[in-house]
Amino acid sequence: MVTAALRMITAKNPVHSILSLVLVFFTSSAIWLLLEAEFLAITLVLVYVGAVMVLFLFVVMMLNINTAQIREGFVKFMPVAIVVSLIMIAELVLVVISKEFELERESNFVFESGNTHALGEILYTDYLLPFETAAVILLVAIVAAIVLTLRQRVETRTQNPGEQIKVKAKDRVRIVSLPSEDKKEY
Amino acid sequence: MITITHFLVLGAILFSLAVTGIFMNRKNLIVLLMSIELMLLAVNINFVAFSYYLNDLTGQVFVFFILTVAAAEAAIGLAILVVVFRNCGTINVQDLDEMKG
Repeated sequence: MVTAALRMITAKNPVHSILSLVLVFFTSSAIWLLLEAEFLAITLVLVYVGAVMVLFLFVVMMLNINTAQIREGFVKFMPVAIVVSLIMIAELVLVVISKEFELERESNFVFESGNTHALGEILYTDYLLPFETAAVILLVAIVAAIVLTLRQRVETRTQNPGEQIKVKAKDRVRIVSLPSEDKKEY
Repeated sequence: MITITHFLVLGAILFSLAVTGIFMNRKNLIVLLMSIELMLLAVNINFVAFSYYLNDLTGQVFVFFILTVAAAEAAIGLAILVVVFRNCGTINVQDLDEMKG
């Protein structure tokens, strides 16, 4: 999993790095299964691997990026990046391996009706308002994504039914009063 | 016996790798977004681990909400990326200097 994550940030081709990230998601989903979070593991595979990563793949392939140009600053930033990451790993690990975190699972308590059922019960009772807020956030995300990428093409020919209905006879037919000609003798 | 420390260390390593990815791929917006996803995943691993070891489902509920928000964020971020690419012809961070005075 760590190797895949490493591949993700160092891969030359963005497509390779996306596929490595998919591997990271799969392995973490397996870890969540071992931690008895079955519903979240399945959700991770479905939502992330199925939707988000495919979206990333679409965008990468659609945009057709010049990869050589992107790689320019890679070597330049390498030393500072490695230093920062080593410091962060050291600090986090030092914090985490302290005595306070050494807790083991006391009881092997298992919910009778399964993880999904228990999660659903707590989600629809205690966390109903956050749940609905999340739904609204998703709706806003849908609308925002569509509005951002929507563009009105100028060259397409469309009808506007409202204007067609509103039109009056005098908009279309112009009645011109012409003076009558004198009758000529032939 | 695997204690919670192992999971926390794993989450810490993943988070640090994501930070490293942000530093190393400063020119590539797509990899930046993916690094943010990796950070959120590291945090989620911590949440699930604590939820398992404390016998408390609240952590999993929060992971659920984080997943929701992360999906929305990815969708909007990619939409903005597409619009930027369409307007500027590039997603190279160095070239996005339209607002330079």
